[in-house]
Amino acid sequence: MKILVGVKRVLDPYVRAYVKPDGSGVDLSNAKMSMNPFDEIAVEQAVRLKEAGVAEEVIAVSIGPAKSEETIRTALAMGADRGVLVESEPDLEPLAVAKILKQVVEDESVQLVLLGKQAIDDDCNQTGQSLAALLGWPQGTFASGVELADDKAKVVREIDGGLETIELDLPAVVTVDLRLNEPRHASLPNIMKAKKKQVDKKAAADLGLDLAPRMKVLHVSEPEARQEGVRVGSVEELVDKLKNEAKVI
Amino acid sequence: MAVLVVAEHDNSELYDVTLHAVSAALKMGGPVEMLVAGSGCAAVAEACAKTADVERVLVADDPAYQHPLPENLAPLIVELAGSYSHVVAAATTFGKNVMPRVSALLDVSQISEISDVISEDTYERPIYAGNALARVQSSDSIKVVTVRTTKFDAASTEGGSAAVEKVDAAPPGGGARFVEQNLSESDRPELTSARIVVSGGRGVGSAEDFQMIEHLAATLNAAVGASRAAVDAGYVPNDYQVGQTGKVVAPDLYIAVGISGAIQHLAGMKDSKVIAAINSDEEAPIFQVADYGLVADLFEAVPKLTEALK
Repeated sequence: MKILVGVKRVLDPYVRAYVKPDGSGVDLSNAKMSMNPFDEIAVEQAVRLKEAGVAEEVIAVSIGPAKSEETIRTALAMGADRGVLVESEPDLEPLAVAKILKQVVEDESVQLVLLGKQAIDDDCNQTGQSLAALLGWPQGTFASGVELADDKAKVVREIDGGLETIELDLPAVVTVDLRLNEPRHASLPNIMKAKKKQVDKKAAADLGLDLAPRMKVLHVSEPEARQEGVRVGSVEELVDKLKNEAKVI
Repeated sequence: MAVLVVAEHDNSELYDVTLHAVSAALKMGGPVEMLVAGSGCAAVAEACAKTADVERVLVADDPAYQHPLPENLAPLIVELAGSYSHVVAAATTFGKNVMPRVSALLDVSQISEISDVISEDTYERPIYAGNALARVQSSDSIKVVTVRTTKFDAASTEGGSAAVEKVDAAPPGGGARFVEQNLSESDRPELTSARIVVSGGRGVGSAEDFQMIEHLAATLNAAVGASRAAVDAGYVPNDYQVGQTGKVVAPDLYIAVGISGAIQHLAGMKDSKVIAAINSDEEAPIFQVADYGLVADLFEAVPKLTEALK
């Protein structure tokens, strides 16, 4: 089977997000960018499925500005076979991303789509579910376990109260959570090899899809900072403060 | 037009999180109605009907809704959505699973995890793990919205007398089957609705030593949480995780024990009313957000604190 993995270029998770003074958004100029951490887990899972002989080919797709090719190359260095870059405006809404992914899924006839459960920039947590809906496929979100056998996927999901196991008929969309695996670091030889792997490029605008934004960002602001409180010298003092000053116990 | 709130439940009880979503829905303009899709869920419908300010409750009672499979639920919600200005659910793993499927089928952009309602079409939502707040305006005819429950008070469970009406099940989407559920068993209050939360981090050191956190929590009748580092280290299961990638909590009191205070953890607890931190590292970033900070060896301080609170 063929697996499609979505990879998004986002602000590096270890870099602080600064809001632009004019309130138009988060300042990404000169900021370090990386692959969305949840997408790394999706790539790792796809590559493991290939190594286990379950998948024949892993295709990494990214949707975004031209520089998203770097993110695809990272996925290729981790073991994906080839890439598809759909060049678009930055900040497409998840609905538009899902529409583009649907097109790629149909062009490539994939049987499984693996995506991160959410991107750490807009924190929307929508794309996988919306893609599954548009394709009319079942979905397994927030996966911490994925097993494939007999055209079915058994997915263990991280839900609020614990874990839920579901069985999906393939083709399906699976979005991955943190505990699914520990993504590998690409080795230097693999990074070199990835430079020669094929990346097909197309423009989102040429796909004939309605990608128009439905939402206007009116203003982006920094949240109110919390004031640092006081240091207490002992457990007794802490208990006293919590009881008599804060009155919370 | 009315606002439809999708109820989250286990077929016998309405979950508290939905009451918070009702409060958000009441700020969106029209009258608020609720949908209960389940199997043998009459008690849940009754609870919805009693919820303050809810005007009508729709019940789809069908075996297809025994488990909340989005493949089956989304077609039902989509069928009903045309009569509503907004479709709302709590931003829990239930709401996050189902609602983007609904929005895609309606060809609208979901507004995820709002923290405030500015007007019927304008909302505030945290982005970048809460390091920025975006004010967004939706131009879609039906607004599909999920709600960060800690940002809205729970609607009252009394005072309502809504009419309960049956609706037919929609043709299920299929392709997915429920296999099993393994819920963490605990006598402690639920993490996202507890008045007090005691959380442990990597500093706690081991699964055995995490008992210390459990004891302190038991003394305070508090819920137990953990940082991602403690979860990754295997001290506790993932559903204990507080943070950007785990649960968002805002209790009256949050006690952070052995938690350094990584950005991603702060994203999940910095709206707590009072924060107390115990850490042996006086430079730990957690102290920058703590109302009360105690620099101490937690293996001495925590048992002492537990004893003092008994």
